Amino acid sequence: MSAPAIEAKGLVKRFGETLAVDDVDLVVPAGRVLGLLGPNGAGKTTTVRMLATLTEPDAGQAWVGGHDIVAEAHQVRRLIGLTGQFASVDQRLTGSENLMLIGRLLGQSRQTARQRAGELLERFELTDAADRPVQGYSGGMRRRLDLAASLVGNPHILFLDEPTTGLDPRARRQLWQLIGERVSDGTTVLLTTQYLEEADALADDIRVIDHGRVIAGGSPEELKQRIGARTLELRPEKRADLAAIARIMTELTGTEPEHHGGRLSVPAADSRVMPALVRKLDEAGIAPAELQLRSATLDEVFLALTGHPAESHDENPEQEQEQTP
Amino acid sequence: MRPASGPGLVQGIEQTFSLAWRAIVQLKRNPWELGDYSFQPILFLLLFVYIFGGAVAGSVDDALTYMLPGIVVMNMMFVTVYVGHGLNTDLTGGYFDRLRALPVARWAPLAGRILADLVKQGWSIVLLLGLGWLMGFRMEAPIWGLAGMVALVLIFALAFSWLSVLVGVVARDPEHVQLFGFTALFPITFVSNVFVPVETLPGWLQGVVMANPVSILTDACRGLLLGGPWIGQALITLVWAVVLTAIFLPLSLRALRRRLK
Repeated sequence: MSAPAIEAKGLVKRFGETLAVDDVDLVVPAGRVLGLLGPNGAGKTTTVRMLATLTEPDAGQAWVGGHDIVAEAHQVRRLIGLTGQFASVDQRLTGSENLMLIGRLLGQSRQTARQRAGELLERFELTDAADRPVQGYSGGMRRRLDLAASLVGNPHILFLDEPTTGLDPRARRQLWQLIGERVSDGTTVLLTTQYLEEADALADDIRVIDHGRVIAGGSPEELKQRIGARTLELRPEKRADLAAIARIMTELTGTEPEHHGGRLSVPAADSRVMPALVRKLDEAGIAPAELQLRSATLDEVFLALTGHPAESHDENPEQEQEQTP
Repeated sequence: MRPASGPGLVQGIEQTFSLAWRAIVQLKRNPWELGDYSFQPILFLLLFVYIFGGAVAGSVDDALTYMLPGIVVMNMMFVTVYVGHGLNTDLTGGYFDRLRALPVARWAPLAGRILADLVKQGWSIVLLLGLGWLMGFRMEAPIWGLAGMVALVLIFALAFSWLSVLVGVVARDPEHVQLFGFTALFPITFVSNVFVPVETLPGWLQGVVMANPVSILTDACRGLLLGGPWIGQALITLVWAVVLTAIFLPLSLRALRRRLK
């Protein structure tokens, strides 16, 4: 078996007094997708920045494609593609100019660069917008171009930093599909996200990260088993029924539901809870106004893992540095 | 520091040209910036020569002869602001990180900016001299004087750009770069002999104006275009260029390294 595509040992990064990344170990075998799941400011972005050679770790070591990220940064850069909140495209160039420029910077001939740009624009459904400046693109189009830009050099290893944050569900699904295609071509991916649903859809393996530390990990299935990744939510027609319903839910799931705003919600590890609940409600003659089984939010994941909700704290290295001139 | 495992020199130079191309293509979508290289110098020239010229220099023709070399210098100073402005846009907007994650020579992004800036500078100079010619300005020195003047202005622009780079690296956003640029450049360019002869100023101010590199460069340009003495002023200009580079190049690179830490 060949060496892992990405391997990190004890990575540490400080910004002034803040410990942004605290002793992180990661291994991503070639051709696999690892999802780093955590709230804003958990250290996800800083971890990716270190692995993508944008910032040097204060301690620890890491190898990407077998190359040391500090001593062999240049070799690492030849293997990777990077898409994210911080690595952007040029707003004032057209989609096509953006991709061609990157091709040229990678040493492609003018003709190869133009051809490759055309292919990518077509695959990412941007052909119609190819000659328009990026500043007029929608959020979804911009992200697609961003992803295309990271693929110009056909990288074997792809870093995706919150690739769909802020996108509407349709644009998100479209992007997932495009990422999925890369993965089936054998590309190794390190993905950061705030959405359990996204990690679930794309990753083979998930690490939950909080305050710069990895606090849990496993396959999406294992993680969902552990934290009850689905939530059963119910709003009765009559508020008077709330107490009776809460009793039924406790009985079925073993956990007392939370009550807010006339709704009851409870983690449901087993999807068979749903039909069981419907039967019991029917027997009791209670009619639900709304009933749904939905993915747990990041908050619910954190509550399950740490006992506290996800705290969002700013992880903007730019701002960090202004505080520590 | 990193061992020398980066791209070779030839690749780095090719990348620099690609990035300079980018900075110039961008102009198509930023009419404001293009305006600063085109309309602003035209406006300066027309306003100062036709409005103030008669009062300051006695006649519009004399004003044109006196002011044109200085307006070229003054405009060059304003154009350098865009080096810092563009760099800051890339730093704050994330494009700089995109470049750094590519196997691109570490110095290419900066070199590309500066190369593009020299092209823009050249364009402004040609525009100003062309318009000046239409308005009646005639060179009195041989053609090498023109070449020498353009070279001297570009050398000074190159040196002065490092101050702009420093501001671009340190500033929080592109608007601050512009604000700082204009606030600092108005006094520097106006407290000079660009528009008025030094003799007309109060004694204490004469010293300041004479020491201002803008005045020194302007005098050298006048000499080169009009056939007066220029060697001494050109040498002092070159010394200024070396001093500015020696101070601001290392400061800029240090600030950049710190920002990218």
